[in-house]
Amino acid sequence: MNPQAQPPTDDAQGALAELYRPDSLHIRIFIYISFVLLAVGGVFGTLQALDKMKVDLYRFLPGTLQLYYTGLTAHGVLLALLFTGTFIIGFLSLALVHGLRRPLADRGLAWATLAVAVTGALALLVTIFRNDATVLFTFYAPLQAHPGFYAGLVLVALATWMAALNAWITWRAWKREHPGERTPLMAFAVLATWAMWVLASAGLAVALLVYLLPWSIGQAEQVNPLLTRALFWFTGHPLVYFWLLPAYVSWYTMLPAQVGGRLFSESLARLVFVLFVVLATPTGLHHMYVDPGVPHGFKLLHGVMTYAVIFPSLVTAFTVVASVEEGARRRGGRGYVLWLLALPWLSNPSVAGQLLAMLIFATGGITGLINSSLNMNLIVHNTLWVVGHLHTQVAGAVTLTFMAVSYWLVPLLSGRELWGRKWAVLQVWTWFFGTAVMARGMHWMGLASAPRRTFLTYARYAELFGEWQWGGVLTAAGGVLMTVSGALFLFIMLRTALGRTAAQPLTVPEARPLLEPRGLPRWLDRISPWFALGAVLAAAAWLPSLLRMAAHYPTVQGFQLW
Amino acid sequence: MDIDRYERMWIVLSAAVLISLMLALTYSIYGLDIRLIGDAGQVDPASVTLRPPFDKPGVYMEGPGRYRVVMVARAWSFQPAEVRVPAGADVTFQVTSLDVIHGFRIPYTTINQMIVPGQVSEISYRFDEPGEHVLFCHEYCGVGHHVMEGRIIVEPASAATD
Ligand code: HEM
Ligand SMILES: [Cu+2]
Ligand SMILES: [Cu+2]
Repeated sequence: MNPQAQPPTDDAQGALAELYRPDSLHIRIFIYISFVLLAVGGVFGTLQALDKMKVDLYRFLPGTLQLYYTGLTAHGVLLALLFTGTFIIGFLSLALVHGLRRPLADRGLAWATLAVAVTGALALLVTIFRNDATVLFTFYAPLQAHPGFYAGLVLVALATWMAALNAWITWRAWKREHPGERTPLMAFAVLATWAMWVLASAGLAVALLVYLLPWSIGQAEQVNPLLTRALFWFTGHPLVYFWLLPAYVSWYTMLPAQVGGRLFSESLARLVFVLFVVLATPTGLHHMYVDPGVPHGFKLLHGVMTYAVIFPSLVTAFTVVASVEEGARRRGGRGYVLWLLALPWLSNPSVAGQLLAMLIFATGGITGLINSSLNMNLIVHNTLWVVGHLHTQVAGAVTLTFMAVSYWLVPLLSGRELWGRKWAVLQVWTWFFGTAVMARGMHWMGLASAPRRTFLTYARYAELFGEWQWGGVLTAAGGVLMTVSGALFLFIMLRTALGRTAAQPLTVPEARPLLEPRGLPRWLDRISPWFALGAVLAAAAWLPSLLRMAAHYPTVQGFQLW
Repeated sequence: MDIDRYERMWIVLSAAVLISLMLALTYSIYGLDIRLIGDAGQVDPASVTLRPPFDKPGVYMEGPGRYRVVMVARAWSFQPAEVRVPAGADVTFQVTSLDVIHGFRIPYTTINQMIVPGQVSEISYRFDEPGEHVLFCHEYCGVGHHVMEGRIIVEPASAATD
């Protein structure tokens, strides 16, 4: 399907198809489930966007769905936690299998992962849509949800750890079969992503298992609101890197091959991934810059660390663009800038989608710098500006990359030819513009102080702010465009999966390095030392605050205020 | 490890930009003294309304041109719902929550806080011009979140001193 630097021969292609076979079914189920979640969660996005121009479509929904905040909980949980989580488990499993040229070591564990994830997702869906858990995806205590909600979160987290465990034992098995060999880059990137997540999710695990779940079933009467909020953000910020790194896996190890280029620098690619393992976790207090009871010094420390973790993304900007440029030049691209025109912007949806995702990611990087500056954060904290930022990153960069990846992934998994390639090109462009326009509207409203997470149609004070009006129109217009585009995406996927035209066996695109990394130092083929370093930094940045909160801060009873 | 010449330049430049931003951030805190809300003490949420200062929410003059506004936030109102202070005075808001987490935002000012049960949020501000400001909650706090608002009325300085 895609021009590759060294197209695999037919034999090699057949062998790879054979390689994927044992794992392709559970991976396919994960990916399809993620699409269903995207569809359901996305509907509420549309309604929310329209609310920003004071159009209330909730009135036409049945029962508790008329509640803005029930829909918003569903939007956050289904998209930010479940859609991303299920897609990532499926995609990283395939990338690992391909990278190591070996099936997952424990297929039973893979199916168990699926069962646990589905049970958890069902518990979340049921409690949310029965209006037993209208606490938004951040579930700040002392708002108290039904125990099934917290249990569902525990199961979903458990599923990610099971997938991580399976990746680890698969790699160990590969090590035994290949003594002394360097772990291939694609697998290394997958393992680093899992390592980062396992470290980062410790906070969530403690919040749920030690505090929230026991409190929700009455084992504990009271809860410590600041402590559980801090534990949420311990995981909540690195969560965004758990979304982002799978996109990086594609940008570094796959996309260059899709444009016919090679990876510019393998050592730097490895460095970037291990830097995320080290730097991702000591950052989350930047979500609590304006919280009482958190000392200044730690807020500043996390602010500085947030800047530090931008470094690997800046390196990415060079390496990935240089790799793509190499491909463009091989396709006949010329000039300092004009080579960009040699890329398949209008003919290859998978490539175009990822290039557009990078473009919008760069804009979100800049708004992210603004958010993480303690002083400027005072202007934007909890405004729609932040929601604009997060959509450029997770709806723009990450989701658009996942859509673009799906354009080869679903044909590969289903053995069916991609339906409607032209439509797919239109889809990635409309999603890009929709996200950009919606984010522009949100940034505008946010700078004029419009609060996020608020049913603005019925907020009386909204009338005092004429400035919110045009931002609201842009937000709604962009949101509707995204909706149309998202529906088109799902339609293309459905037509592909149910299609009759069999695809010739497809393989995961895999970029070769421009220079074989002869001099690759051993420390760039290891993850555990970086993991240990990350754990030390996380402990230093978090433990003093967390322990103080646990020891001295008041606890309170729970409330259901919906 | 071989690194391309241009890439090396880019890396050095990236690191330099980020390090200068980190220094600028640190300077803004310790040099320019831009203070975020910090630790202003804890209270027991169950009995907070029985003891000073939160037993009597209101506006208190603390000295010439210095005011303290004691407020409680609860689903879904602020108490007092209307605050009058003179223009040009130094006003310190002292706020806590009686139930869940709330927000405290006065648009077009740097007043942008979280209100957490068990914690006291303390923030100072000077309103230079007379006029009316709206105050609203910007953290989800239940179904009535979007109606949780208050007013800050800044009176001309002379009127207030009478
Ligand atoms: C059709 C596409 C989408 C539209 C129109 C849309 C629209 C919106 C709007 C208007 C809000 C703000 C609600 C508020 O603060 O009152 C929002 C929040 C949010 N959206 Fe989306 N969105 C879309 C897709 C996505 C996707 C694909 C993701 C993630 C994968 C996502 C993640 C989020 C998150 C995490 C929030 C914050 C929720 C919260 O504050 O609790 N959205 N969305
Ligand atoms: Cu963050
Ligand atoms: Cu509120």
